[in-house]
Amino acid sequence: MSHSVTLRSLDPRVERLGIPQEQPAFEGVPEGTHLQTFEVFHQAKSGARHIHVGSIHAPNAELAMVFAKEQYARRSECVNLWVVKSSEIITFSPEDADLFATTREKTYRDASGYKVMQKILAWKQRLQQKDTDQPSSSS
Amino acid sequence: MEHRAALDDLLFRMADDALIYGHRNSEWTGLAPILEEDIAFSSIAQDKLGHALALYTMLGQLGHPDPDTLAFTRQERQFRCCHLVELPTQDYAVALMRHALFDYAERNRYRLLEQSSFAPLAALAQKVRGEIKYHTFHASTWLRLLGREGTDESCARMQAALEMLFPYALGIFEPSRYEDELRASGIFAGEEELRRRWLDEIIPLLEEAGYRVPPLDSVQPCYGGRSGYHTEHLQPLLDEMTAVFRIDPSAEW
Repeated sequence: MSHSVTLRSLDPRVERLGIPQEQPAFEGVPEGTHLQTFEVFHQAKSGARHIHVGSIHAPNAELAMVFAKEQYARRSECVNLWVVKSSEIITFSPEDADLFATTREKTYRDASGYKVMQKILAWKQRLQQKDTDQPSSSS
Repeated sequence: MEHRAALDDLLFRMADDALIYGHRNSEWTGLAPILEEDIAFSSIAQDKLGHALALYTMLGQLGHPDPDTLAFTRQERQFRCCHLVELPTQDYAVALMRHALFDYAERNRYRLLEQSSFAPLAALAQKVRGEIKYHTFHASTWLRLLGREGTDESCARMQAALEMLFPYALGIFEPSRYEDELRASGIFAGEEELRRRWLDEIIPLLEEAGYRVPPLDSVQPCYGGRSGYHTEHLQPLLDEMTAVFRIDPSAEW
């Protein structure tokens, strides 16, 4: 069922546009006419890595660059941007999150797992001990 | 100061163009077709007000009143903007086509001014180079997207906008009585040279984007703005733009 909507505005700019007061009901965006989504990566300084800052909608890659500049480079320091079509990003499916779960004890893979760490700590402790044992030269 | 009248003429043209064009484009804030574009177009409008401010400030240094007084208290007849920037836009196609026609002229004007013998103008031209490069990038991207790459409707609306606006665009280059003086003093290469450079750039751009450029000999340029004769649209714009200022001209902002 479609019914008409009345548009009225106190904004002189809207009045200038001469939009007819009676508007047909909004039927939604036709299939296939949605804008594409692009992911934006921002580079603050030359040589720095590009950091993902968000996404934008744009009709094509060039306008994606224009819009990305406005959204993400207008107020902060920026020397370059990447825009990448969101659909072109290769990613794991959310259901595969369990791939990343650590199921077994694997501390031996972490630096903290190495025995050498204990040796270093012991050495540091000894050094500290020596400092407190030695009388201060000024006294 | 030497060449004072010639400089005044040039600076008021440029400042008034930037102010009125910036104001007109700001009318799309909140109304542009998509959110991202709304922000982009508003940001460009804001840049233009920045250019106007820089130019009015320069006029202030030449002995004119402060920028607010110049922008908000002059009579319609004292404005030196071209008719192109005064036109209200009810169709975003018109706003975008004007954006392309005007900003390619701005780009070439500022390029010429980078060599100006008037140092403050040369410095400003270098400062705004990046902004104007972005403005023309925005304009040319839309031109292509809505032209050959667009739909029959987008192409037809942009073409109609081009035909309506082209005589006004040629009015940007209304000759000044100071042309020879500006050229000889090295301040500015002049409107005729600017027009030539603009045509060299805009015609291929429009044709490649899929539009038919009206033959030049069939077009009567809309002159008058540079000597203070304006379209019926400028006065209502000034009334609206200055409404808040006029409530209390002595208010500190």
